[in-house]
Amino acid sequence: MVGGEALKLSVNIAGVEFKNPVMTASGTFGSGMEYSDFVDLNRLGAVVTKGVANVPWEGNPTPRVAEVYGGMLNAIGLQNPGIETFVKRDLEFLKGYDTKVIVNVCGKSIQDYVDVVERLSDERVDMLEINVSCPNVKEGAIAFGQNAKALTEITTEIKKHAKQPVIMKLSPNVTSISEMAKAAEAAGADAISLINTITGMKIDIHRRKFALANRTGGLSGPAIKPVAVRMVYEASHAVDIPVIGMGGIATGDDAIEFIMAGASAVAVGAMNFHDPYATVHVIEGIESYMRQYGVEDINELRKIL
Amino acid sequence: MAKKMKTEAKVLSQRLLADGIYDMWLETEMAKDAHPGQFVGVYPAGKATLLPRPISICEVDASRRAIRLVYRVVGQGTAEFALYQPGDYISVLGVLGNGFPLDKAEGKRVLLMGGGIGVPPLLQTAKELKAAGKAASVTSVMGYRNAETFLRDDFEKAAELVIATEDGSIGTGGNVIDAIKENGLEADVIYACGPMPMLRAIKAYASENGMKAYVSLEERMACGVGACLGCICKTKEIDEHSQVRNTRICTDGPVFDAEDLDM
Repeated sequence: MVGGEALKLSVNIAGVEFKNPVMTASGTFGSGMEYSDFVDLNRLGAVVTKGVANVPWEGNPTPRVAEVYGGMLNAIGLQNPGIETFVKRDLEFLKGYDTKVIVNVCGKSIQDYVDVVERLSDERVDMLEINVSCPNVKEGAIAFGQNAKALTEITTEIKKHAKQPVIMKLSPNVTSISEMAKAAEAAGADAISLINTITGMKIDIHRRKFALANRTGGLSGPAIKPVAVRMVYEASHAVDIPVIGMGGIATGDDAIEFIMAGASAVAVGAMNFHDPYATVHVIEGIESYMRQYGVEDINELRKIL
Repeated sequence: MAKKMKTEAKVLSQRLLADGIYDMWLETEMAKDAHPGQFVGVYPAGKATLLPRPISICEVDASRRAIRLVYRVVGQGTAEFALYQPGDYISVLGVLGNGFPLDKAEGKRVLLMGGGIGVPPLLQTAKELKAAGKAASVTSVMGYRNAETFLRDDFEKAAELVIATEDGSIGTGGNVIDAIKENGLEADVIYACGPMPMLRAIKAYASENGMKAYVSLEERMACGVGACLGCICKTKEIDEHSQVRNTRICTDGPVFDAEDLDM
């Protein structure tokens, strides 16, 4: 039996020390402001913000979301207020909290990404997460994440300009996740995160229309968890850089599963919509698992399979 | 604004009001903060359905710490809600959204216009406007498909009521705008909730007649708290929060000054 005080939940990713391995998945938590009624943000390992570009983006027409069995589809299209508003409002807000801040960066061209990365160089940001995997925009994003050559090019370029450690967020919509993970690592990425959403479609048979205005959307939620666990396993066994795992995490047990598969940290995404306290519930679930099995340090469980 | 919460609410009563329309009272501490035109997110218990269903607050009874939800069964989630019985508990997220700006009614002639499942939130609006006694007049104009004019008795108790039915079985045959014209109703301010075509027509009518219109919108939602940006409506000008011509229905709305929207 291990006492509460004795549990070590902290993890280190690319030199950044997180108080616990639980983060928020980009796009599901805003910049934390909207969930601060529910969650004490100080408890989180990190807040990963919604993707931000060099200029404001309008995103896609509505309907942008649809529910499916065990999950949801979204095609928001990376609506964001642009980096200037983001720095003044969102980063300013996050300064009030003792948690790590990871900014998710999106763009249509490599230069767009670089502009954002450079703008953030002197801000209180702990890591950058580069979104090369959003399936819902026509230019940029996933175009950089679906072939190894493009991923190498953008990773290399961003690493030249980034002051903070860089996480490349990978898409599951690829033939070989190991190949993409290796390409990111070889190009200098400090860590990788996966999975972003899986491209899906829903048809409203009563209205005989696509459920989403964008026709296709990204599938998230518990429905994708086994795919995510498999990909985290494959990626973490292909590279030596840390892996942040996500995809349908709802409980502490789910988080432990990702960690055993090789993740150094995990992120809670769509489940925030089901349970606004989900991040804290996942942290508590991890602690309860550790007590049950006498695990003193969460790092002992990483990549044990 | 009151702190949002997700909590288990106790079902106090449940009954069928009209074809596919149910009336459920819930006991929850949210009642003390609920404002007319606000809504709650109701969660199905089944693990396959993750997202809260946005349902407007029809009535508030602060003394019983209770809110009334009048909702239409449109899918799996709402079909499940209809099975709940007194004593059951149901997960509710709230209180959500801004609600109708009742202060704009002061000294004004007010029309409350509801269509279909947009009728319910105007009941608490009518009650609070009458109780405050600051509006010059309050008239409800409610539109229904047919003679199943749910909540009619409640509206009659609250304020003067005019009815429109699509099939002409009760009141004016046609829609709520037809009913205003037929009854020669004049007003300064409109509070409205209903399907988008009706709200567009109200916006145009208000604009032509020099009236202010506040409309409550509906859209597919995910988080309900302003984080996911799933439920947006186009705006005429750049929105301060989004920095683009999009506003969040769940958080900045669901009630907007119709003039600010690009509907």
